[in-house]
Amino acid sequence: MRMKYVLSEVLVGLWRNVTMTIAMIITMAVSLFMLGGSGLLYQKVGDMKDLYYENVEVSIFLTQEVTEQQRADLDSKLKSDPMVKEVLYVDKQQAYERFQQMYADAPDLVNAVKPDQLPESFRLKLNNPEQYKSIYDQYKESEGVDEIVDQSKLLDKVFGVLTGFQNGALAIAIVMAIAALLLVANTIQVAAYSKRREVAVMKLVGASNWFIQAPFVLEAVVAGLLGSILGLVALAVVKVTAAGSSLAALEGLITPVSWSEIFLIFPLMAGVGGLVSAVTAWVTLRFYLRV
Amino acid sequence: MTKTYPKASRPSLDNVSVSIEKGEFVFFIGPSGSGKSTIIKMLLHEVTPNKGRVVVNGKDVTSMRSWKRPHFRRSIGCVFQDFRLLPNRTAYENVAFALEVIGKTKAVARRVVPEVLELVGLGGKEHRYPHELSGGEQQRVAVARAFVNRPLILLADEPTGNLDPDTSIEIMRLLDRINRTGTTVVMVTHDSNIVNQMRRRVIEIESGRIVRDQARGVYG
Repeated sequence: MRMKYVLSEVLVGLWRNVTMTIAMIITMAVSLFMLGGSGLLYQKVGDMKDLYYENVEVSIFLTQEVTEQQRADLDSKLKSDPMVKEVLYVDKQQAYERFQQMYADAPDLVNAVKPDQLPESFRLKLNNPEQYKSIYDQYKESEGVDEIVDQSKLLDKVFGVLTGFQNGALAIAIVMAIAALLLVANTIQVAAYSKRREVAVMKLVGASNWFIQAPFVLEAVVAGLLGSILGLVALAVVKVTAAGSSLAALEGLITPVSWSEIFLIFPLMAGVGGLVSAVTAWVTLRFYLRV
Repeated sequence: MTKTYPKASRPSLDNVSVSIEKGEFVFFIGPSGSGKSTIIKMLLHEVTPNKGRVVVNGKDVTSMRSWKRPHFRRSIGCVFQDFRLLPNRTAYENVAFALEVIGKTKAVARRVVPEVLELVGLGGKEHRYPHELSGGEQQRVAVARAFVNRPLILLADEPTGNLDPDTSIEIMRLLDRINRTGTTVVMVTHDSNIVNQMRRRVIEIESGRIVRDQARGVYG
């Protein structure tokens, strides 16, 4: 009976102040959506860093006039360099094949370029991709070297943008969470006020504190959970619409977010939503109800 | 015991010592602001004395932790001048509410509530709402609610303050009947007429001190 009483009180409470309840749920949903999005981005950036840095290459392009001797010297120096994990020599023909593959969509461009025009290069894998700078300093002045290009520089830019998005989402999540928190506090105050007579009688006849507080706290928790479900729906909508839009073109660059990842982030959203609501409601009651 | 409220120039109760036996019927009388209500609040563990001890039903309330208060309150019934009924509940529901919120089942309520409503003389009016009842009848509902859990003590804070003399006497008869079941009744009042008629122990308080404690007393 007590459980039934508490649950019916929760529903009555949510319904009594329905506009406020909706505002609370929407704010909570936006906040948790942002939180979930930020969490997913964080995972993605981590995954991608592992994947890309693993494959990142430093390319040492050779000049057109490079001599046999210079090439052999460079080759042996690189092979004995402790910073270098792997060395791959790409001659003009191989460079052309790669070029053909990369620009298979643009046959005009491929036809315009002759194998001869492409530079030979050494493709290096470093033991530690961050040591790029020392490689650069060491080989920049070597004879026959035209240019040294580091892919990780480009990656850093990409990751910088993604981390920026992630931090932005987190900041919005926090700001919205504060708004949600204030709404919860306000809703609980209104609820406590509208039930002040009942609460006074309950205190008088010796109802236990948890019994007096439970309907209010649960009311906030239910709103928080509804908000997290709405946030999950929003994430799903973003995934579905992004798959069919221009963002799909980025799919090669950014590893796609799977459904399982979205559902795995849900416990975090629901947990944060429920917990924040419960604690806020409880603290509000401490001040307002003094039970 | 002594109680001084913050920001008060003089103590609300100053070195007051009272002992009330089980089953007694006691009036606290005195002008407004004399400290009568503070005594009721102390018995309910709503305020604690700055000095001295409050012992209720053999338990030292002074040092009681606030989380124990709810359980402690179940042994005390309370009636007030303003009835404090829930306007959207019938007489039956008001009394049953008091039982249900302390964990009694609906079945218990169905057995006990009609009984106690009959006892206070509201048989047949169980399903009226407070606004459909007279002041005296509303106070009877409040007494029923206070008594339904068979408390050891019934506290009444000016229970007749809002009632006309005839109705007041009926309520007093009811409290007297409850007292005869062995329940201690502590009543704060201004109503000289009632005190004089009842001829019970009278404790008079003035400016936080006991100025008279008289068995079978009058208002004076």
